[in-house]
Amino acid sequence: MVYEFDWSSIPGALPILWDGMAVSLEITLIAIVVGIVWGTLLAMMRLSSIKPLSLFAAGYVNLFRAIPLVMVLLWFFLIVPRFIADLFGLPPNTDLRLASAMIGFALFESAYYSEIIRAGIQSVPKGQMAACQALGMTYGQAMRLVILPQAFRNMVPLLLTQAIILFQDTSLVYVSALADFFGSAYKVGDRDGRLVELLLFAGLVYFVLCFAASMLVKHLQKKYQPA
Amino acid sequence: MNYQWNWSIFMQPTVVGDTTYLGWMFAGMQMTLMLSLSAWVIALLLGAVVGVLRTVPNKLLSGLATAYVELFRNIPLLVQLFIWYFVMPELVPQSLGDAYKQSHPVLQQFLAAMVCLALFTSARVAEQVRSGINSLPRGQKNAGLALGFTLPQVYRHVLLPMAFRLIMPPLTSEFLNIFKNSAVCSTIGLLELAAQGRQLVDYTAQPYESFIAVTVAYVAINVVVMTLMKKLEDKVRVPGYMGGK
Repeated sequence: MVYEFDWSSIPGALPILWDGMAVSLEITLIAIVVGIVWGTLLAMMRLSSIKPLSLFAAGYVNLFRAIPLVMVLLWFFLIVPRFIADLFGLPPNTDLRLASAMIGFALFESAYYSEIIRAGIQSVPKGQMAACQALGMTYGQAMRLVILPQAFRNMVPLLLTQAIILFQDTSLVYVSALADFFGSAYKVGDRDGRLVELLLFAGLVYFVLCFAASMLVKHLQKKYQPA
Repeated sequence: MNYQWNWSIFMQPTVVGDTTYLGWMFAGMQMTLMLSLSAWVIALLLGAVVGVLRTVPNKLLSGLATAYVELFRNIPLLVQLFIWYFVMPELVPQSLGDAYKQSHPVLQQFLAAMVCLALFTSARVAEQVRSGINSLPRGQKNAGLALGFTLPQVYRHVLLPMAFRLIMPPLTSEFLNIFKNSAVCSTIGLLELAAQGRQLVDYTAQPYESFIAVTVAYVAINVVVMTLMKKLEDKVRVPGYMGGK
């Protein structure tokens, strides 16, 4: 006997799946924005000549890159909300899980973004900084007006590729029982006894989205290749 | 804050009484290491094959290899894991599926996790192998062919030995990734390190100690692997290249 597919539970579940996708995209977007801002600051600290700052940034990045994302999410799902509730004397049933999971995600991804941004900053020739200083710019002005704009231009393909990875990683919020796209697909499949179809459907949706996005990145890379 | 720290909890026997809580941690560590190492061996072999196929002149073979890489790179690891664990046993011939379902539950989890991690990582290894081969000067391949090597011999004796030495740093980071990615396998109930961490929280009611211990264990794996790979990298580094000094 060959497995008999029954896709009939998918059309009715589309609204739930769509809501789940909205959660996935929301987490992705927040993590990208926070990741790039905090990642840029971390990269600048790491390259700074002030020892405590560069040590802090190096420690932060290496710690987050050494532990699995699943562990980070479990920390921010099981431990951190309890800690915050304890600290501020909140009633123990306060639900901080969604916010906590998002913060965990953003903090984790910033470590990866900061490494990309650091490489981007280092790819700008040293003479540019010297030229800025010769023109009388402060360090902040030189970074903001000259170095970072060029660094970001070089980094666009890598940042976008990291964004695709991040989008795939959001499926891991499954461990904190948040109803993202994958979590919703799993729940529907479990409810209707159609796990096979729903899991394959989820895989297909992720594949189409990520494949299309990676083709777009490749196209951009070709178009804006630095001469 | 009035949390009672109690690190001696690890020395106490578990509720089930089989071992101490520290014993659970070691069991989890053992599972993580076994899973990651076995998956890594498969990933390395498969990744080398697929990476080579991506660079061969045969359009059909390189197209198939490209499709393989894109398939495994564009679906999240968690989704792949669930497909291996829940979907595949239904789709393979029934006798095979039944044999799988009748095997020991831990074996089922382990097999699904190992195959999933291995194929997921092999696509990434393949990309590194391909970029390593492509970074070699074209003259190397042509010189090999001119000396009368067949194409497989050129790969075996000229291109691959060089390519693998050049891609050691990115391979190291893939090797580190496989240990971290193995934590995803806690979602299908495999009792590796992360899952033991969750279990410790539930059984000991000492969440901070449990999670700190597990996190430190992952950092320790990371440091050990990095140190060993650094030694290997230094050993096989190609003189005359940027990384070579």
